[in-house]
Amino acid sequence: MASIDTGAIPSAGVEAKFRICRFTGLRVEANAEALIKVNAVTAVIFLLLGGLMGLGVALTRWPAVQLLPAEWFYLVLTGHGANVLLFWIIFFEVAVLYFAGAILLGSRLATPKLAWLAWVLMVVGAVMANYSVLRGDSSVMFTSYPPMMASHWFYLSLIIFAVGALLAVIIFFATLVVAKAERTYDGSVPLVTFGAITAAIIAVFTLASGAIILIPTWLWSIGLISGIDSLMYKVVWWGMGHSSQQINVSAHVAIWYAIAAMVVGAKPLSEKVSRTAFLMYILFLQLASAHHLLAEPGMSSTWKIVNTSYMMYLAVLGSLIHGLTVPGAIEAAQRRNGFNRGWFEWLTKAPWGHPAFSGMFLSLVMFGFIGGISGVVLGTEQLNVLMHNTLYVPGHFHGTVVAGTTLAFMAVCYLLVPLMFGRDIIWPTLAKWQPYLFGFGAGGISLFMMGAGTLGVARRHWDISLTDAAHAYEFPAAAYLMMGLNGLAAILAALGGAIFIIVIVGTILAGPKLSGPNAKLTFPLHDASRQAVSEYGSERHPKLHGTVVLVTIFFVAFALYYFVNWKYLSELWLFN
Amino acid sequence: MAINPPSNRLWWKEPIHSVELGWIIVAFLWGLFMFFFMIAWHFIGDQNLSNETYRVTPSAYEDKVAAFAEEYQKKDANGEPVEEDGVPVVVPPEGGDVYLLARLWEFWPILELKKGVAYRFHLSSADWQHGFSLQPTNINITVHPGYEHVFKLTPTSSGVFGIVCNEYCGIGHHTMTGRIRVVE
Repeated sequence: MASIDTGAIPSAGVEAKFRICRFTGLRVEANAEALIKVNAVTAVIFLLLGGLMGLGVALTRWPAVQLLPAEWFYLVLTGHGANVLLFWIIFFEVAVLYFAGAILLGSRLATPKLAWLAWVLMVVGAVMANYSVLRGDSSVMFTSYPPMMASHWFYLSLIIFAVGALLAVIIFFATLVVAKAERTYDGSVPLVTFGAITAAIIAVFTLASGAIILIPTWLWSIGLISGIDSLMYKVVWWGMGHSSQQINVSAHVAIWYAIAAMVVGAKPLSEKVSRTAFLMYILFLQLASAHHLLAEPGMSSTWKIVNTSYMMYLAVLGSLIHGLTVPGAIEAAQRRNGFNRGWFEWLTKAPWGHPAFSGMFLSLVMFGFIGGISGVVLGTEQLNVLMHNTLYVPGHFHGTVVAGTTLAFMAVCYLLVPLMFGRDIIWPTLAKWQPYLFGFGAGGISLFMMGAGTLGVARRHWDISLTDAAHAYEFPAAAYLMMGLNGLAAILAALGGAIFIIVIVGTILAGPKLSGPNAKLTFPLHDASRQAVSEYGSERHPKLHGTVVLVTIFFVAFALYYFVNWKYLSELWLFN
Repeated sequence: MAINPPSNRLWWKEPIHSVELGWIIVAFLWGLFMFFFMIAWHFIGDQNLSNETYRVTPSAYEDKVAAFAEEYQKKDANGEPVEEDGVPVVVPPEGGDVYLLARLWEFWPILELKKGVAYRFHLSSADWQHGFSLQPTNINITVHPGYEHVFKLTPTSSGVFGIVCNEYCGIGHHTMTGRIRVVE
């Protein structure tokens, strides 16, 4: 037995072509690289489509503009949700999984033919979903709550997309097995890969929930099942709908660590702590379904409290830990880089002109302050009644998915596109400004929608003035102001999004080639990203004064905002 | 580095930085506090959404609401039934049961409640899901067809309140409203 060593010799018939990346020293396999490129480019196409639809939504909700007629508004809003929340994010996440699996581990991608099949299935599903929405008979919103029924093409398209995505996740797991068997790395997987594994495990749960509910719903839409219970649908559907956002969290936190490592040479403060925080996501984030059922009849308070708190906020604890360890790792690295004066030189002298870094840091700050805090408040059993289904809800998740995930994904493109396509970023000045434009636009969208929601404005609603309503009701003038500001912020974000797409597509097609031996990146990698690091944990006892101050500010803001909402709640009509 | 395997193979034996450990403790305790505060509010707070729910067929619920509206419709000085925007205004008995129907696209009927009186509110849908969003107090509750949600409601302010549907319910969604009057 001892002589059998399949690990050292690739099994027969497996041929893999590798190149060594000149900038990172990573072993890059041709199939993995091609599939990362194609998934990422597809993602960007759906970002363009969904982003345009989002701009249409925001301009319609701006009372002074009200761009689209009602029918088109609901159609476009359905398409916006599917294209950006599902297609942009999941295509990009597949690229991230292949990167964290094959490239970071220096392995070949398992079963590249199946990986192409997964991509084809996802494209077919995504195109079919857009077709069924644009036909006009599936304006049921992204959530498609029964008994409202969409065209059966709509449910079928999502099922096909989910099957493709699940296949891609399985290929990622298979790649981990290949890398282990062929011994392409030594010891434990890198932290970024660990984060990607977290995302993939949550993805399996998520996609399974989606299948469990969408398959019967599809059968219902073609007449084989007589009815779908609306409450049961919500419980299971949100096992997909909210948990899929936890894939995003795991993926973009992994990207934060990756960017911090590649741009300033940051090492995790402690592998143990960062990995445990990821592990908490796997153990507790799945309970997220309850967040959407806090204002529902029929569920017990006990069920609501346990689930909405992710079992005593243990998954929130995971995010809070990353909220310290990511800036902490950057501070430690920057101090090692020589920016050691005072409490904040590490931050003021950070590479703010490097779009990967600025995008990553804005994503970190806004995900925490806007998306994170509002999420916990919204997901508190009693507080939810203050803002359930108001614009506060999209305000919250634009803080997480747009200002957080999307901005982080954009940021990492500024590093990966030059390395993968061998072309330098084509318009560096535009690229420098892009994260700020998009980041402040997205942050504005979130805050102004949260403001409008606090004033009671409904989400997914065409007419705040209620002109044709059964009984007139007038929202306060401040609500109109919020909707106008939201429209302006959306224009800013759309501008940032457009610049991102122009710069990335321009770079891929016509960026200066990085072929010469002395070719240099405009937005460089940190020297330490090549050298072997003798030990983890930047320094024995790094000073982290700046991070402590930042985290304290965050915690005070969190606690204040939390109690302000309890104060609001206590002033409501009594209902117990 | 985060993109390389940890060079120290026994990374789980490394000590935790004191700042990290301190924050983990603070964050964990804060999580526990928030968790127990939800439970505590059930004892110290007056805003806890009831979970009392009954299965009901939409048509049976429509009949109940119709009977309720007929029995308690407001009468003017001449004994004529009062309507507003073509919808009956209903004055339920103080402290009694109140039935409200959500349907495409209105909340029916209009209710006239008394400030400071606790009512037993019944809420269900005749067709699709709807959202009961009481403005400007901002109380938001989801309405399902087939489920009769029963909760106590005590108005603490008087005036005219709007009910805006905030669960998307098709092309007329933005026309779906209702009204509650609260008198002193």
